Amino acid sequence: MTTTTAEVTGAGTPEPEHESTGATLRSAISDYFAKLRGGDVGALPAVLGFVALVILFSALRPDTFATRLNWANLLNQSAAVIFIAMGLVFVLLLGEIDLSAGFTAGTSAVILAVLMTQQGWSWYTAAVVALLAGAAIGLAIGMLVAWLGIPSFVVTLAAFLALQGVMLAIIGSGGTIPIRDETILKIMNNQMSPTLSWAMWVVVVVGYALVVLLGLRSRRAAGLPVGSPVLPLLRVLVLAVLLGAVVVLFNQERSINPALKSLKGVPVIVPVTVAFVVVLTFVLSRTSFGRHVYAVGGNAEAARRAGINVNRVKIACFMIGSTLAAFGGILLASRDNSVSPSTGGAQTLLYAVGAAVIGGTSLFGGKGRVIDAIVGGLVVAVIANGLPLITQKSEIQFIITGLVLLLAAVVDALSRRRAAVTGR
Amino acid sequence: MTTDAATASGLSPTLAENEPLLSLRGINKSFGVIHVLKDVDFDCYAGKVTALVGDNGAGKSTLIKGIAGIYPFDSGSYVFQGEEVHVHSPKAASALGIEVVYQDLALCDNLDVVHNMFLGRELKTGLTLDETTMERRATETLSGLSVRTLKSVRTQVSRLSGGQRQTVAIARAVLWNSKLVILDEPTAALGVAQTEQVLQLVRRLADSGLGVILISHNMNDVMQVSDTIAALYLGQLVAHVRAQDVNNSQVVELITAGRSGDLGLPPEAAKEAVA
Repeated sequence: MTTTTAEVTGAGTPEPEHESTGATLRSAISDYFAKLRGGDVGALPAVLGFVALVILFSALRPDTFATRLNWANLLNQSAAVIFIAMGLVFVLLLGEIDLSAGFTAGTSAVILAVLMTQQGWSWYTAAVVALLAGAAIGLAIGMLVAWLGIPSFVVTLAAFLALQGVMLAIIGSGGTIPIRDETILKIMNNQMSPTLSWAMWVVVVVGYALVVLLGLRSRRAAGLPVGSPVLPLLRVLVLAVLLGAVVVLFNQERSINPALKSLKGVPVIVPVTVAFVVVLTFVLSRTSFGRHVYAVGGNAEAARRAGINVNRVKIACFMIGSTLAAFGGILLASRDNSVSPSTGGAQTLLYAVGAAVIGGTSLFGGKGRVIDAIVGGLVVAVIANGLPLITQKSEIQFIITGLVLLLAAVVDALSRRRAAVTGR
Repeated sequence: MTTDAATASGLSPTLAENEPLLSLRGINKSFGVIHVLKDVDFDCYAGKVTALVGDNGAGKSTLIKGIAGIYPFDSGSYVFQGEEVHVHSPKAASALGIEVVYQDLALCDNLDVVHNMFLGRELKTGLTLDETTMERRATETLSGLSVRTLKSVRTQVSRLSGGQRQTVAIARAVLWNSKLVILDEPTAALGVAQTEQVLQLVRRLADSGLGVILISHNMNDVMQVSDTIAALYLGQLVAHVRAQDVNNSQVVELITAGRSGDLGLPPEAAKEAVA
């Protein structure tokens, strides 16, 4: 333990705050509004957008959009995009971009399919190789960006083209490889039993509450100012209610013909996603690596002078991004029961970038969270799912989706300007 | 306060009084054919503010960067706390207890005060960051410097004023049991009130037993806060005087002409230096 000047002089150990709960809650709320005014809007626009879109589509198409079966569809459609977006958060935090994430997913899906279906490998060895392929793509991109200083836009645009070629070369044009492995198919096509669904709810809510309470306790033990406990507990409550609503919704029968095949319970992909969000959030917010990612995105020169190996952080982020994209590719293969040269193509990448940015991750680097990918991914999924129910015209669908992405970027840019204005 | 802090920074009171904390002798540094530092002798004492003045291109930055280990000097002796040392990297300088606060501060706007103060040297318990200890030590360091302008150490740096940022950068420099803090133009971008705050902070650093080297172009700041003034003129250290022995215009003469009355270079040497 090193001693600082301050510790020895021992001056001014902060007094624990003794304000009444009401006063601190009020100051917490006013702090929050000050943050909003300062341009730090976080995921708020995405949450409001999600609610507004759901209300809009439900009102316009009550019998096709707001059905239990369609809610499950929505998760199915968004899962891969959400995973690619979670990976993109790491890359965007650096202030970089990965345009090849969609085809990284596709390439990994192709490798998975070839190894399982054509070579007869077990699902887990094939999946590990597919994920390693993703990591290798990220390593290559990261090294080119970090060591040679090529803009990530160019490197990943090159990878975007080249990986399409790789996919075609492996599959052969027009070919489709079916996926028959039970385990891989289960990820996107099965659901937990209603009991297990509630068990998941208990684990998540109790786990989150414990993290919140232990955090408050250790701050109090260290004599640090502890704000009102009402606000964190309110967050636990909100999580409990929202996740509870999801479980209630999915635990109802959603099969069109229940006698033939019953469909009940939360889809398996939900706990899988939750597990990834927890682990990745832990990495970003509780480890020194995560702190260094934010530092490099905020001010790379300051990070370098503080002794952080900036290149290593960059390469690691590209590897994490591509590995998560590869996982998204496995989800695409599972969802479609097959892999083709167009897997991971079309709007996959744009949806993923849109998800991260709509969720509140900044395109300018240094600002963003893993959970943004979930919130933004759900908004994107609602649009992608709801629009075709309203209009069959794909020209209108394209234009509206493009405008939504642009809107998210505008919010990002404006909040950044706002922060610059109010910063001083 | 002074004795406590002197003990904390590892100095016995006698050493702090008599022997220089940092002593450079016969320092030379060239970049290619340009001879930037010429036989520079420079001393800096614990508990004192040493102002380093000189015009642009006089070699202030080169001297500072050499002390901080960004590049080594070509020749000369570098004695720190009575021992000859070789500082070939910023890490080596940090290990000795030498910290530099550069003019651009090198803060991450998107991180809060605590995160910035511990950037690159985070405290950990196992895998996870030890946020409570870091926050406690940051708070203690700031209050040890009598900093009262920060509302919360969890404020993002982007929300701080220029003076507050400077404060955070300085607090980061003294957090690590440092013995010598080098400040590069700490008041250049500040308003009147904030300049005053930062100068008071600089004074408190020295009063708490640290050696402080202050680079500044502002004569008012130099005269107000420094104990001794070292003037660089075209790569030569022409004078190192007590601040109370000189006035404003003498220092300006030393900076611009290399001499002022009996101080500085002899007249013919001053002419040679230009040629």
